[in-house]
Amino acid sequence: MRTRRTTAAFAVVGGLCLSAQYARAQQPPDSITRRQQRAIDSLSAAMRAMQSQLDSLARAPSASAAAPAAAQPRTTGAYMNVSFVGLTDFGWSTEPNVPALQVGDHDPHVRGFTIPNAELALDGTVDPYFKGFANIVYKIDRLGETNVELEEMYLLSSSLPKNLQLKAGQYFVDFGRQNTQHPHAWAFADEPLVLNRMFGPDGLRSQGVRLSWLAPTSWYTEAMVSVVNSAGATTSSFRSDESTEIHGGRLLEREVLRASDMLIVPRLATSFDLTETQTVVVGASAALGPNNSGPDASTQIYGVDLYWKWKSPTAHQGFPFVSFQSEAMTRSYDAAARISAETPAVTLPAETLKDQGAYAQLLWGIKPLLVAGIRGGFVSGDAAAFDSDLRADRSRLSTDLTWLPSEFSKFRVQYNFDHRKGIGNDHSLWFQLEFLMGAHAAHKF
Amino acid sequence: MNILSVFHVAAATLLLPVGTGLPPAKKLNVVATTPDLAALAREIGGDVVDVKALAKPTEDPHFVDPKPSHIVTLNRADMLIDGGAELELGWLPALLESARNDKIAAGAPGRVSASQGVRLVEIPTSFDRSKGDVHSLGNPHFLIDPVNVKLIVAQIADHLSKIDPSDAQVFSANLKKFNAALDAKMAEWQKTLAPFAGAKIVTYHKDFTYLAERFKLDVIETLEPKPGIAPSPSHLATVISAMKASNARVILVQSFQNRRTAETVARQTDAKVLDITQQPGAIKGTDTYIQLMDYIIQTLASGLQEQK
Repeated sequence: MRTRRTTAAFAVVGGLCLSAQYARAQQPPDSITRRQQRAIDSLSAAMRAMQSQLDSLARAPSASAAAPAAAQPRTTGAYMNVSFVGLTDFGWSTEPNVPALQVGDHDPHVRGFTIPNAELALDGTVDPYFKGFANIVYKIDRLGETNVELEEMYLLSSSLPKNLQLKAGQYFVDFGRQNTQHPHAWAFADEPLVLNRMFGPDGLRSQGVRLSWLAPTSWYTEAMVSVVNSAGATTSSFRSDESTEIHGGRLLEREVLRASDMLIVPRLATSFDLTETQTVVVGASAALGPNNSGPDASTQIYGVDLYWKWKSPTAHQGFPFVSFQSEAMTRSYDAAARISAETPAVTLPAETLKDQGAYAQLLWGIKPLLVAGIRGGFVSGDAAAFDSDLRADRSRLSTDLTWLPSEFSKFRVQYNFDHRKGIGNDHSLWFQLEFLMGAHAAHKF
Repeated sequence: MNILSVFHVAAATLLLPVGTGLPPAKKLNVVATTPDLAALAREIGGDVVDVKALAKPTEDPHFVDPKPSHIVTLNRADMLIDGGAELELGWLPALLESARNDKIAAGAPGRVSASQGVRLVEIPTSFDRSKGDVHSLGNPHFLIDPVNVKLIVAQIADHLSKIDPSDAQVFSANLKKFNAALDAKMAEWQKTLAPFAGAKIVTYHKDFTYLAERFKLDVIETLEPKPGIAPSPSHLATVISAMKASNARVILVQSFQNRRTAETVARQTDAKVLDITQQPGAIKGTDTYIQLMDYIIQTLASGLQEQK
């Protein structure tokens, strides 16, 4: 670069010399002196500029008591960070109808190749008061059609008093640990069964606001509550079209008539550093809102989560480490007396549909950029008047190995053993490839 | 301890401020992202400040876990000192987002971006990650050059004085004292390394560039083929050839880097692996910046002398 700049500076000087000579040839003698003086001035200015450039490129040569140079402001970043994450799965399952087995929207969903998530992420500081975030997700479905969705779009306050923070827009609601994570942050190629059971194929996500408060304790404690819309495909346990598949009744188009028709999601999380190298985070969450089995019907989901991590005091690129993560959830879906969607002559009785599930995963960051993982999880639903596929008992055991050639690309191989009550066992082998371009992601704990 | 003793201790604690006639002075909470910046803050802040580093001295500062406890630490901070050259890019932004502390926002008096004013080297001419995880603002390992440190401590003193004008004289005096000590040491360090001017060395990562430039050493290769990319057998073969050709006999490795890789190369080149750190406290007896530099210079000098 220095050579190029020097050459450019000499070109400027040369150009000025030539123009000075040309001017002298064309002008009467009385103006020649003035022109020459201007040329000399220009030459001097160009030389000073060149010298200044060379000085700024050179490192301070003097060593010892060198007086520090005047501070030079450095511009960092841009108004907006842009990044793109691409995810491709490929593999095979003994179940030919893969979506029956892999119910997550970002799971592999065909024998062969799946592109379950291509994410354009934007973030930046809006003004002195807010930061802004947006995720636009592209997915290719099993028929090869591309779907686009505004996955998240929200503002986050940066300067509220009293340790408060406001989030507003559409976002993954803070319930448990994994629900707010995007697929590229998952430790496995698919979502735990319990998240699909409670929140549907694409997690609990809606439009609304969240107020959070960082408690003035010496250890981390954060309390937060979200108030969001209770309707839509990403609030499947509440006012969603998927409800019929859960309770078996005709879909009731419920409008928002009162505050309790909104979905309320409180959460409390706390964390301790057990030692210099071990940290634990525990949390409790609830999601309380209406469902559309009847005009006054509601759903309550409760969950607890635990995350523990050990990282070596001499970690290189964050390795080695061992982490354990677990979430347990229970759902009470108060289904009203309802007309059966399949057999209109039949009225299904009012009942509470109870579901529960949990998963636990252990990760071992063996050495830089190599992670082995094992995960077990189950979901179950109590007997009810309507026998729903979405409430059937099932379990999954997974093991995977992830290798990251760099921070920006990832290969994963994962084996799943699935058991579905009344159907049997299935085996799946999935490979995953991921890449990231653009702004460097800032990781969360 | 019986109940009476507990009562005495409690009473003494409660009455202490009354006895001295003064309330205990509240110290400024200064948080530094890395221990080297924390050590400098201690030099300038002295007894007036409490200083805490987020990264551990022994861990890779590029990959610090953004633990929730760091959120609390940043929430209470009166001042944050970060490198400002993307070293902490992977973990600090997420922490700051959650910390909700205006006092340490970019541009606030309570925020020191240490690289401001420092002439960074290895600034990429294009943003291209095929060249590895290159920082767009340049090489962020600039604290290893004592001349850069003089710029940083001046900034720290300036910002501390802005947020605590009543102690400005203390900060000014501490700055003067530290600079004088650094100047004296600098002359000593240069004298120690002068016989080795031009010596060829190898490092694991591009983290000793500034030190090499300042003390006229020549980093001929790094064990990483590109920044942030793990050493490959083919690249190590290139390193071994280059070391043999140039008679480089010293490999610098930090505590979190893979020493075994360095040892493998050293065995084949008859070189010596030197355990060097850039963070005060990573090695016993290196709690201050000057102690750290003393250690580095002495280790380098003895290592280069042995391999002469």
